[in-house]
Amino acid sequence: MKAGGTAVRETAVRVVDVHPFERQGAYERLRDGLRAYRLITAMWIRSTMAYRASFAMTAFGNFAATALDFAAILLMFSRVDRLGGYSLPEVALLYGVSGVAFGFADLALGSMDRLGRRVRDGTLDTLLVRPVPVLAQVAADRFALRRLGRITQGLLVVGYALAVLDIHWTPLKVLLMPVMLLSGAGIFSAVFVAGAAFQFVAQDASEVQNSFTYGGNTLLQYPPTVFAKDMLRGVTFVLPLAFVNWLPALYVLGRPYPLDLPEWVAFAPPVVAALCCALAGIAWRAGLRAYRSTGS
Amino acid sequence: MGTARLYAAVAGSGFRRYATYRVATAAGVFTNTVFGLILAYLFIALWDSKPHLGGYDQAQALTYVWVSQGLLMVVAMMGGGFEDELIERIRTGDIAIDLYRPADLQLWWLAQDMGRALFHLLGRGVVPLLFGALVFDLALPSDPLTWLAFLVAVALGVAVGFSIRFLVALSAFWLLDGAGVAQLTSIAGIFCSGMLLPLNVFPGALGEVVRVLPWASLIQAPVDVLLGTADPLGTYALQAAWAIALLAAGRLVQSVATRRVVVQGG
Repeated sequence: MKAGGTAVRETAVRVVDVHPFERQGAYERLRDGLRAYRLITAMWIRSTMAYRASFAMTAFGNFAATALDFAAILLMFSRVDRLGGYSLPEVALLYGVSGVAFGFADLALGSMDRLGRRVRDGTLDTLLVRPVPVLAQVAADRFALRRLGRITQGLLVVGYALAVLDIHWTPLKVLLMPVMLLSGAGIFSAVFVAGAAFQFVAQDASEVQNSFTYGGNTLLQYPPTVFAKDMLRGVTFVLPLAFVNWLPALYVLGRPYPLDLPEWVAFAPPVVAALCCALAGIAWRAGLRAYRSTGS
Repeated sequence: MGTARLYAAVAGSGFRRYATYRVATAAGVFTNTVFGLILAYLFIALWDSKPHLGGYDQAQALTYVWVSQGLLMVVAMMGGGFEDELIERIRTGDIAIDLYRPADLQLWWLAQDMGRALFHLLGRGVVPLLFGALVFDLALPSDPLTWLAFLVAVALGVAVGFSIRFLVALSAFWLLDGAGVAQLTSIAGIFCSGMLLPLNVFPGALGEVVRVLPWASLIQAPVDVLLGTADPLGTYALQAAWAIALLAAGRLVQSVATRRVVVQGG
């Protein structure tokens, strides 16, 4: 059994050896990966658009499902004036920024939690023999344009918050708004990729990923003052979700972060996002390298 | 006697089927615990700024969080029970084989779903609640009779949840693709079951309405029986009324639907 498994693995390694991308530089690999991602998503969009009514309904459903989250916050504020010391528009800003950042990552990489299923039923092997980076294929698989619904809802809530809040705008704060949305999307994307890499090891554990993606998004929707200090330390120093919206948005709102951190960390999100993506990339390669097919 | 054994066997296989995936169960428990933690701190903040919100004190609100996290999978709040499989069988035509069997379609799936619910109660419900009880001050009753009353309410809640999802699945006889209906009912379920926020915190007329809708039977009703904030008999009556009405509706739709079935190939 073991010998057979090794043999298959060696064959697989040899297939990868003649892989045209193996001898390319990092830049070419990235370019080809993005090109493949674009082609596969374009295919899925064409296929979605074949049923326009169904697309409209599911996109609306996606919008409505996330809107209900916000409805729950509105319901809370119908009973209390402040949540953790924050007013409704302030919570709306946190909610909207996290929702948009998560929405972009979900749109781009949301299908990656299917990886565990692919490992289980063996369809991942098909992706391995194609001359296209596996990450691009897994990420673009069943690309769901309906997830624009979540992004739209988040943008509307951000718009509401910015219209109602009386923020003392400075050029830095204006610049920080788009930066925070993009870096937040980067951080959540890294979580999606790292979660998928974990599924190479624990195939049935795709739900664990949900606690960091969906759970993280839920956590960030509320003010940090609500949560215990240990939880804050965890999402600041271990899994740096706090850089998605809490640290930069609190700077925009002119509020202190409950942990004693210098002010410049509000501008760290791009660096944190780049670091997270690099680490997730390493995790993904390790996971892919550790992958063994059924071996029999 | 023979039929009772049949459905008991179906329920047993439903239990074993879900019990097979141990890693997935552990992963699910982890997720429920993470969400429980987030909601617990949120509820502490809410009840700090407004004590006795919705008639709960803070310990009761925290109990609500952890019991409802434990019940999410039991009542299959967000789908994930049998309905995807039944929709697929209707779409592919395999349903013809099911109708040919000497067992009733609705009772078969009800028995299967009861077996699944029992596993999820033990496998997914106990650990998050224990974790919550260790970390937070919960208002758990010490009287075993209250726990028994709670389990009765859970069973009725599972029956209501089943009958809603059975109707969703049967819609595939007409629509072939049940995804849209399933999505809409799951959205309605998340909002109206009290999963996001206890239903007695909902303000005014909205609160009055959601508290009598069938989804209130899934989480709000069992938790209230456990907390002693609702009269068990009155709760059972509402739950049973919905269960009977929706199961009867399912039976009616089933008989109309099966008369429509035309299996390809004569």
